Formats: sequence, C-alpha cells, structure tokens
Amino acid sequence: MSKKFFWIVLSMLFLSFTAGSVFAAPPIKIGALFSVSGPASFLGEPERNTAKMMVDEINKAGGIQGRKLELIVIDTQGDATKAVQGANKLIKNDKVVAIIGPSITGDTMAVIPVVERAQIPLISCAAGVKITEPVKKWVFKTAQNDALAVLRIFDYIKKQKISRIAILTVSDGFGSSGREQLVAKSKSFGIQIVSNETYGPKDTDMTAQLTKIRASNAQAIVCWGTNPGPAVVARNAKQLGIKLPLYMSHGVSSRKFIELAGPAAEGIILPSGRVIVANQLPNSDPQKKTLLNYVNNYKKYYRVEGDHFGGHAYDAIMLLQNAIARGAQTPAAIRDQLEKTNKLPGIGGTFTFSPTDHAGLTSDAFVLVQIKQGNWKLIK
Amino acid sequence: MDNSQQLFQYILSGLSNGAIYALIGFGFAIIHNATGIINFAQGEFVMLGGMFTIFFLSFFHLPLIPAIILSILCSTMVGIVFERLAIRPLKNAKPLSMVIITIGASILIRGISMVVWGKDTHALPAFSGNEPLYIAGATILPQHLWIFAITVLIIIANKIFFNFTIAGKAMRACAYNSQAASLVGINVKTMVLLSFAISSAIGSMAGIIIAPLTMTSYDVGVMLGLKGFCAVIIGGMSSGFGTIMGGLLLGLLESLGAGYISASYKDAIAFIILLLILFVRPQGLFATRETERV
Repeated sequence: MSKKFFWIVLSMLFLSFTAGSVFAAPPIKIGALFSVSGPASFLGEPERNTAKMMVDEINKAGGIQGRKLELIVIDTQGDATKAVQGANKLIKNDKVVAIIGPSITGDTMAVIPVVERAQIPLISCAAGVKITEPVKKWVFKTAQNDALAVLRIFDYIKKQKISRIAILTVSDGFGSSGREQLVAKSKSFGIQIVSNETYGPKDTDMTAQLTKIRASNAQAIVCWGTNPGPAVVARNAKQLGIKLPLYMSHGVSSRKFIELAGPAAEGIILPSGRVIVANQLPNSDPQKKTLLNYVNNYKKYYRVEGDHFGGHAYDAIMLLQNAIARGAQTPAAIRDQLEKTNKLPGIGGTFTFSPTDHAGLTSDAFVLVQIKQGNWKLIK
Repeated sequence: MDNSQQLFQYILSGLSNGAIYALIGFGFAIIHNATGIINFAQGEFVMLGGMFTIFFLSFFHLPLIPAIILSILCSTMVGIVFERLAIRPLKNAKPLSMVIITIGASILIRGISMVVWGKDTHALPAFSGNEPLYIAGATILPQHLWIFAITVLIIIANKIFFNFTIAGKAMRACAYNSQAASLVGINVKTMVLLSFAISSAIGSMAGIIIAPLTMTSYDVGVMLGLKGFCAVIIGGMSSGFGTIMGGLLLGLLESLGAGYISASYKDAIAFIILLLILFVRPQGLFATRETERV
C-alpha cells in the first residue's frame, strides 16, 4: 500500500515538473562582465545595478515575447585575465546568447577574440575607439567615443575665441586616450596646446602642474580624468587663484564630482551624456522620455541618482531587448538584428547601427553642461 | 607670473605636502623605536582618521570637533586591538614575520573599510574656509597653516612626553634595551601597547587634517603610508627633527621635480630618494647621537 502510494506521489511530482517546463519557456540567458570592484568600480557598479534593474523590470512586465531574461553577472575587477575567464564561463557553462560589458577598454579588447571564436554577440560598455574601429562582426558598443567628447569641447572653446589651451590628463588608460584625442584634434580646430601635463591616478596634490600651467600663456585648462583626481585639480586651481576657465571630461559627469570639488566646481564646463540634465531637455528631445524613466527608476531601486555610466548598461540591455523582441533567438540572429537597430533613443544617445558602424552614435550624443550653484546646467 | 614667484609657489606647495609626510613618518618612528618593527599598517591609520571623521560627520551629524575627537579615539582603539591581537601573541617572532603581519593587517583594515564605507572618495570640509591666502604672489590655503601648526604641536608634545614624563622615559628605555628596561621594572609590553596607541593616534590626526585637502577613501593609506615611510627613512627613524626634515625635503623635491622635470616622475622621485638613502646612508641623512632613537 505504502509502496504504491509512493509511486503515485513520485509520478505526480514528475508530471508536474515536466508540465511546468513545457508551459514556461526557458529563460533567455544574458551574460554580463562588469568591473564591479577594483579601480574601475565607479563604472562597473552602476552598470551592474542598472542591468539588474532593467532585467527585473522586463521580467515583471512579462519578459520578451513571453520569455523571461536571466542575467548572469561576473566581476572582472578591471582585470583582462578575469574578463577572459568570465567570458569563457558565460559561453561554455551558462550558454548565454549574448554578453554585455566589459566596462573598460582593456577588458573588452581581451574578450573580443573569445566571443568571435564562439560567435556570440558582445555589446561593450567601454569607450575606446579601437573596440569598433575597424568594425568587428560580433562586437558592438554603447559608450560614446572619447573623440566625440573632445570634438564637443573644442567646438565650444573655439566659439569662445580661445586658441591656446593647457591640458592636464591622468596617466591611466582613460587619460592617455583623452590626451591622444586632444592633441590629434586640436590642429583641425586651430587650437594650440601650450602646456601638456599629466598626473597620477592616486595623486592628491596637483599644485605643481597647475603652477606650471599658470606660468604658461594658456587661456583655458582642459583636464581629462575620472574621480577623484579632477576634483583635486579643481580645488588646487582655486587654491592657486587661477581664473582661467576649466573644462573637464565626461569622466566626471556624476554628482560625486560636485560633492568632492565643492565650491571649486562652480563654473566648470564638461561634455556629458544627457542623463544628468534629463529634466532640462526640451520636450522635443527624442531621448527625454527614456532618460526620465531611467533616472526615476534608478532612484526608486537604489535611492541614488542614476548616472551617465549606468546608462551604458541600460543601452546595452535595451539594444538586446529590441533585437530579441524582433524575433531573434539565437546568437547569430541577435547579432543580425542588432546591426539593424535604427534611431533607437537610449541613455547615451540615439543608436543607429549598420554593417559599417557598430558604435552607433554621433557627436550630439554629448551635451555641454556647466556647474552652477552645485548643479548641472545645460549649455544650449 | 615670473620665475621667482613660480619657484616660491613650488616651495610652498612642497613644504605643505612635506609637513604631511613628516607627520605620517612620526607614527612609523614611534613604533619602530619601541619595538624594532616597521609598521606598514601605519598608512591605514591615516585613512581611518579621515574615514571615521567623515562617518561621524555624515552619519551621526556631529559637529566637526567632537567628530575629530571621536575619530582619533576610534582609530587609537583599532591600533590597540591590532597590537593585542596581531603583535603581542607573536612577541618573540622575527622582525621579518612581524613586518609581514603588519602588511597583512593593513590589507585587512583596508578591506574591512571598503566593505563598511564603500569605495567612494569623500571630502572633509576645511577647518577654516577655502579662501587662499597670498604670500608674495604664491598662495596657500588656511588648511595648510593648520597642518603646519598641528605638526609643530605634535613635535613639541612628543619632545615633552619622551623627555619629561615617566612613561616617555620608560619607552625610551625600552627602545635602548628592552631587556635591561624590564629588569629595572618597566613593563615592556605596556610600553609597546602605548607606542601603538600613540602612533595610531598621530596617524589618524594626520589623516584628519589632510582630508580636507587630499580627500579620503578606503585606499588612500597605501601611498601616504609609503611617503611617510620615505620621510622617516630620510630622517633616520627619529621621531624628532630628522623626520621633520625628511618629510619637508621629500615634499620639496617632489614639488620641484614635478614642476621643473615632469609631473609623471613625482612618485618616482620619492622612491628613488628612498633607495638612494637605503644604499648610501641607511642611518638617515640627519642621524646624530641625539636623534638616533626616540
């Protein structure tokens, strides 16, 4: 009797399991490589948070065409070796259909051969130009090229009739890329770089460099770095009584910079994605709705303001969501659909991919903002 | 702006940074002189000073002065706990193992701080405003004056403590010969504990007064600790004049090097000096009979 009962229960259990898997389609697995810890955690952390939030929202709304998403996040710690190991794990063990990230250019370049071999689409959240130039079949990216930010600043500087500038860049990947672009693009704008200084990522005092700049005949200073260095530069410039206009890069377009630099941030101009000035945009801006939606949602989830960096992950998930919603299921089909993305407004800009352009953004992905009374003000 | 003004600015910036290095260097010297080990966790106390203050300011909304006092007390507690748990049980270990333990402790303290306080950088408000003061065309912040003043005060307090109090004299006795000291009834263990307490208090004080300038985060202790170490090596492990000069010299050379050679070599300059001193004059530049020990 009891044996018979046991078998009945077992068969019922078995039935219920199989029935379950017949009715609910398996989730679509997406891999994510972010530098959640380590020196680039200021990128990886908001990116991971944003990606998790997006996937949560999509699943709450019933998934994509009835299929839920499953996000598998791996922390690369900003280390190329760990990024490659992570990519292999995502592809071989988790069998993901696409990977978003890594957060930084170094990691991305290391991961590219892996995804190309496995033929899995990669949507990088890093800014380096070489990620998508030359175009690689399986690789896309969401972060704006540094070159676009440089163009935006130079365009404005030229309008201010400034022709001699000093540049102060951090001696890491972000800073040297910015320095390269600043030097390369300055000629075509007729801007002369009269002082070219660097500082270390962990430096806590830049008065020596700024004293040197003060002694040059520069009319403006362009500083290229990520927090906290530029905040020190802003404070030191004020300390030295330097009255020259100070320009920063999009690397500091988060509220943290204003907090760190304090009153010294006043008047600084920088290029940024639209996200920090979302509510100042005209209603005609195609990105406005997406931006406000993102900012409010992020605040609801994490009680802090969503920034420019988390936006890169938002765009990556959004692009994937769009491609999958158009019926793509396999990695190859997703890749093909990604390439057909046309005028899709996201956080970083409005994306249009093509077989010859896997970066998808133009220089109007950046707006110029000025810090006024401890807040961002859109320069029109 | 002419050249002499520029030079003066480099000197002024260099001296203000140098005072910070000297203050951090003190912490190294005090522990080294009482125990013979180099405490590589010293930089972490500098970090703890700044982070605790910010914690008390922003989390408990305390006014600045109580926050500073509490922060020094907390950091000192950490120093005492560190000595009790990591140093005392191994009192007879070789100096090398002790040094490795202090490195391990510094990684542990840094890791815990990262988990507790996060990875963000924080800024402390300046003690008395951010308006630069002009001295002969060069500028300096009121905070720099605080740094100079507190450094001088700490040196004087140190001198008085080590020369005119029983506890201070006992610590010096331990430094000269701990066995003889224990024979005349000095509790060497207490003195070692005291040295850790004093040096973590000084380290955290340094961390607090520089936080408005350099800002602070969980990993700020590494570089500052190394710079302080350079200062104390130049000064020959003295906790007086030598380390002050070592710190100021280091700050000056860094600033002049960054200004006239290249800012890229700023940190390299500190470490080249460190290596040169270790090779050529390991007893320090200013080592005399008087400053050899505490």
